Amino acid sequence: MPVFEGVVQDLIDELGRLPGVGPKSAQRIAFHLLQADPHDVQRLVQALSEVKAKVAFCETCGNIAEGTQCRICADPRRDATAICVVEEPKDVVAIERTREFRGRYHVLGGAISPLDGIGPDDLRFSELMARLSSGEVTEIIIATDPNLEGEATASYLARLLSPFELRVSRLASGLPVGGDLEYADEVTLGRAFEGRKLLNA
Amino acid sequence: MPLYRDSGVVLRTHKLGEADRIITILTRSRGKVRAVAKGVRRTKSRFGARLEPGMHVDLQCYEGRSLDTITQAVGLDAWGHVLASSYADWTAAVAILETADRLTEEHESAVAQYHLLCGALRTLAGGAHEATLVLDAYLLRALSVAGWAPSLHDCARCGAEGPHRAFHIASGGAVCPSCRPAGSSAPAPATLELLGALLSGDWARADDSGPRERREGSGLTAAFAQWHLERGIRALGYVDRTPDPGRTR
Ligand SMILES: [Zn+2]
Ligand SMILES: [Zn+2]
Repeated sequence: MPVFEGVVQDLIDELGRLPGVGPKSAQRIAFHLLQADPHDVQRLVQALSEVKAKVAFCETCGNIAEGTQCRICADPRRDATAICVVEEPKDVVAIERTREFRGRYHVLGGAISPLDGIGPDDLRFSELMARLSSGEVTEIIIATDPNLEGEATASYLARLLSPFELRVSRLASGLPVGGDLEYADEVTLGRAFEGRKLLNA
Repeated sequence: MPLYRDSGVVLRTHKLGEADRIITILTRSRGKVRAVAKGVRRTKSRFGARLEPGMHVDLQCYEGRSLDTITQAVGLDAWGHVLASSYADWTAAVAILETADRLTEEHESAVAQYHLLCGALRTLAGGAHEATLVLDAYLLRALSVAGWAPSLHDCARCGAEGPHRAFHIASGGAVCPSCRPAGSSAPAPATLELLGALLSGDWARADDSGPRERREGSGLTAAFAQWHLERGIRALGYVDRTPDPGRTR
């Protein structure tokens, strides 16, 4: 039921279609914009139109890119022998923040989800296989989401990679830092056990 | 608000808002239930991985007007977690979960379907039989419980004693020479024997079947399921049927 008239309601409707924005937040953002400095609003408008005009997906890895290659694929200092496979571009950002990984990425574009009509052919597996043909890559780190769809996607990928001579690993799903052990569920605790680390090595 | 406790298998989940999920569960005594799991997508959620598809849990919920809310979930069997580590098992499990979802109604007790579902996931996770055999056995039995038992021996139309050569999905199974409609198929007798073994739970016989009967049997079973369930079972199209050398005999 529209509460406001014309353009204000149009703005609220558009904002309400964004992920994670409910009707209340949409209203709050709309009124914030109405009261904001016109220059600030102009900058937002420009950022929105430029992102659609300039940004595409990297031809190599599927990450977000300005141009045909993303920043990471174009960087010669990155280790070309290791590829970290993730579901979405936002996962690249998350792993980059850790500064733990110096190799390159491969973005699948999601996880296998039969109930949503997403099978292996809908994801960028064949592009990954093509990257392995040169023989330069020696290690694959699978970093799909730590839920069952992510796990099933990882098992599909592990099977796909089994004929190659590669070091294949999957990110350990540990216990959430800051939590109490007794509250961890058995699956999380079990996976943390599998991925335990030697302290005297 | 009334509180209740029940055990159930998670059929599927939907994101809700920022951190919550709507969980569809087939419970032992209340049939299918849709309930909100608050904060389940946060890493510190006390539900952890217990409310993912294929997990068997002991639940405590309070009833809401349209959706119930899960207040506690204790893990009974981590079938979903076990199955996700093998792609063929996982895709079979997803097809089983979707079928269970389609064959049950909210708040209508479905004890037989609940037990069939638990049995199928437990067998699949046990790994003693090929995944597609477990899937087909589940489909045949779940459809039978729903009132659509295929006739694998006698004529589905007139009841004339079998075995018969012709098979017609829309008629309900095997058909005798005089009832045989145009467009009937003629599966190998061994295939109908395999389906009979799967329906009756004769695993020794089912495990002895060859790849050709298994393939033909899976095709017939899938066609049978798609015929009875309007819109079909989407996940059946994604079932991984790559033979598993470790498990075929
Ligand atoms: Zn790239
Ligand atoms: Zn007949």
